[in-house]
Amino acid sequence: MMRYLIPLFAFMVLAVFLMIGLTLNPRQVPSPLIDKPAPKFQLNQLHDSDKVMSSDDNLGKVWMLNVWASWCVACRDEHPLLVQLANAGIVPIYGLNYKDDRNTALQWLKRYGDPYQISIVDSDGKVGINYGVYGVPETYVIDKKGIIRHKQIGPVTVDSLEKTILPLIKELQDQV
Amino acid sequence: MTFLTHCKSTKVSFVFLLLLLIPLIGWSKEAIPVAEDPEIEKRMLELTMDLRCLVCQNETISDSRAEFSNDIRREIREQIKANKTDDEIVQFLVDRYGDFILYNPPVKPTTILLWFGPVVLFLISIGSLIFYLRRRRVQIEEVLLSQAQREKAEALLKEDNKGKNV
Repeated sequence: MMRYLIPLFAFMVLAVFLMIGLTLNPRQVPSPLIDKPAPKFQLNQLHDSDKVMSSDDNLGKVWMLNVWASWCVACRDEHPLLVQLANAGIVPIYGLNYKDDRNTALQWLKRYGDPYQISIVDSDGKVGINYGVYGVPETYVIDKKGIIRHKQIGPVTVDSLEKTILPLIKELQDQV
Repeated sequence: MTFLTHCKSTKVSFVFLLLLLIPLIGWSKEAIPVAEDPEIEKRMLELTMDLRCLVCQNETISDSRAEFSNDIRREIREQIKANKTDDEIVQFLVDRYGDFILYNPPVKPTTILLWFGPVVLFLISIGSLIFYLRRRRVQIEEVLLSQAQREKAEALLKEDNKGKNV
C-alpha cells in the first residue's frame, strides 16, 4: 500500500506547486520601492518646457504617477480609463512622459485626451530608472508623505482600479 | 607620332592610377567600439553578465539589445565614470528593480529554499537509496534455498544441459 501512496503523495505535492506556478505572472516583478519614499525629481513640463515640476510639489496629497509614452501601445489601451478617472476628480494624475518626442507626445495627448494635471518630460529615462520602470505603462500611487504605496505594472484596468487602486486611494486620503 | 605615344602613356598611367586605388577597398573600417574607454566597457560587461534584463527576462543585460538594457548599460557606464564600486552599482540597481535583476540571488529567508532545496533533495534521495539497498540486501539473504529446492534446481539445470547437448 505504502509503495503506491508515497509516489502519489509526491506527485500531488508537485502538482500543487506547479498549479500555484501557473497562477503567477512572471512579468509582475515586485517593486522594492513599495513603502519607500518616491524618488525625487525635478523635470521640465511637457506643455510648458520652461516650467519645472518637482516631486515635492505634491507633498500633502495622494496622487498617481502614470508613466506613458506615445510609442507605447498598451498606454493607448489604458488611456480612456485614465481620462475617465481624471474626469471623476477622485485623484490627481501626473504623467511621466518617458523617453518620448515632445511634439509626438503633445499630438498624442490632443488625440486621445489629456488626463494629467501636469506631464513631465523624462527624455533620457533617468527618472524612470530611479522609479524602477522597465515596461511602460506603469502607474504609482504615492501618499501624502511622498511614499510609494502601490505600483501597477502594465495598463491600469477596470478590475485593478476597483479592487486595488481606488480602495487604496480612499484609505490613503483618509489618513492625516 | 608624338601624339600617339603621349596618348598611350596617359592611358597606361590612368590604368596605373586605377590599380593604386585597389588597396583602398581594404580600408573598410572596423566596427567602432561603443564606448570610448575599453576599461569601463570591460567592467560594464562583467557586471551586466550577472544582471537580468527585466524586459526579456531570460537574457542577461550584456546579451540583450532591448531599450531597457541599453539604458542600464548607459547608467552603469556613467556610474563607473563617477568612480562607483561594483557593489555600489549593483546595490543601486537592486534598490530600484529588486533581487530579480540579479542572476545570483542573495541568501535570504525567502531564498533559502532556492539555495538549499536541491541539497536537501539530494540528501533525501541518497538517504532513501541507502535505505532501499539495505532493505533489499536483507530480503535477498532471507530467501535462501532449502535443501530440497536446491536439489530440484540442480536437477532442472542438468535436464536443461542435456537438452542442449542433443
